Amino acid sequence: MKHARIRFAGQDHAVTVEAHNAVRLADGRLLTEDQVQWLPPATGSMFALGLNYADHAAELAFKPPTEPLVFIKSPGTYTGHNQTTWRPDNVAYMHYECELVAVIGKAARNVKREDALGYLAGYTVCNDYAIRDYLENYYRPNLRVKNRDATTPVGPWIVDVADVPDPSNLKLRTWINGELRQEGSTQDMIFDIPYLIEYLSSFMTLQPGDMIATGTPEGLADVVPGDEVVVEVEGVGRLVNRIVSEAEFFASRKEA
Amino acid sequence: MSRALHDVATGTLFGVALNYQGLLKQRLAEFEQPPYQKPPLKPVLFIKTPNTRNQHDAEVVHPGHGETLQPGPALGVVMGKSASRVSAAEALDYVAGYTVVNEFSLSEDSYYRPAVKAKCRDGFCAIGPELVPSAQVADPHGLAITLYVNGEVRQQNSTANFVRNIPQLIAEISEFMTLHAGDVLITGTPEGRVDVLPGDRVEVAISGLGRLVNTIVAEETGAGS
Repeated sequence: MKHARIRFAGQDHAVTVEAHNAVRLADGRLLTEDQVQWLPPATGSMFALGLNYADHAAELAFKPPTEPLVFIKSPGTYTGHNQTTWRPDNVAYMHYECELVAVIGKAARNVKREDALGYLAGYTVCNDYAIRDYLENYYRPNLRVKNRDATTPVGPWIVDVADVPDPSNLKLRTWINGELRQEGSTQDMIFDIPYLIEYLSSFMTLQPGDMIATGTPEGLADVVPGDEVVVEVEGVGRLVNRIVSEAEFFASRKEA
Repeated sequence: MSRALHDVATGTLFGVALNYQGLLKQRLAEFEQPPYQKPPLKPVLFIKTPNTRNQHDAEVVHPGHGETLQPGPALGVVMGKSASRVSAAEALDYVAGYTVVNEFSLSEDSYYRPAVKAKCRDGFCAIGPELVPSAQVADPHGLAITLYVNGEVRQQNSTANFVRNIPQLIAEISEFMTLHAGDVLITGTPEGRVDVLPGDRVEVAISGLGRLVNTIVAEETGAGS
């Protein structure tokens, strides 16, 4: 089953997703994909992995890490399916990152990897955009690169754990304007989801709604206003986002 | 935590590192070298996840295992209105008030990678005892900040020594991310961090804002819950 959060007629709803991405409200109403505003399906902290695919680490001229490289995102950077993300003016390189996301379902502390999947609510997809111009070598990747308003699309939904029998063998793909630009497989992950849950929960309590964004394979490219960027994780979801200019983004937010 | 603080400061906890001039100056030569290459251009930010929230008069768990636990005395700025792209001139209009923060961390040798393991342990961000409204704080940049361990002064500084003052921080941060109502900006910890051990009583006092008290306890042995 797929669970999502949507806004419709000014109200937020927890919904289930049916055929053709139609959403079923608690009162039984069925709405089409385009009738609703898709919200991020979870709103806890996001623990995002850097350099968690060997090929991507090589692409960025880094040695693969021996301990997970984790950075944190806060809810203000999330946006939902079919929403817009802004490219700041006067930057040279803004790229997408297609990622499988594990969503925590119950508080997890000192969890062993063999028990880890029991702590999940399910899986979703994120597009972990980065503005590389703003990288600095302090707490890298820094918040100005990775925690910008509405610059981490998440969704469209959370799919149940039972519906993804092998999360270690899923294709990841990114299209820009319909053209396939990134392709990889979760089998190339350096630290898998059970390992990451064991690692994080060894020193902190993961909370329901927290998310672990597991990193991206090679195949990055620049995106510009007007681009439609689609990231897909096989068997989990296909998350659509459109790039707009800084001026367009802040003008539309003022109207909202 | 006072009722008012508990009700208002419900958002994300954003920390600013290297925001005391003394601390930054100590490291400038090192920051010209790899992996840093050059000193930071923009505020050096981090996030204290919600599990780190802790209160006045509560316990803070020392992780043991040869780790070094250090208090992080800091002035907390509690946002009253959501601030997106506000100028320094108007920034303080978005502030609800101020509080005392003790931003605990394992000792940090390097600022190169995000310090999640050092900073995001359960209970590592004590906040309180209360929210003091902006109107009652004539100048947030002239406050004495003092760390006591078992009653003895161990760190002493002033918010006059910030690298960036509060309006500058709000302006530069809100340029790319909204500081939402209820978010807390932890404005930095001064140089000279000290180690604390189980049994220590740790207090952070900021003039006009009160005194935040916490007790360090050892991690319970055996399996965690």
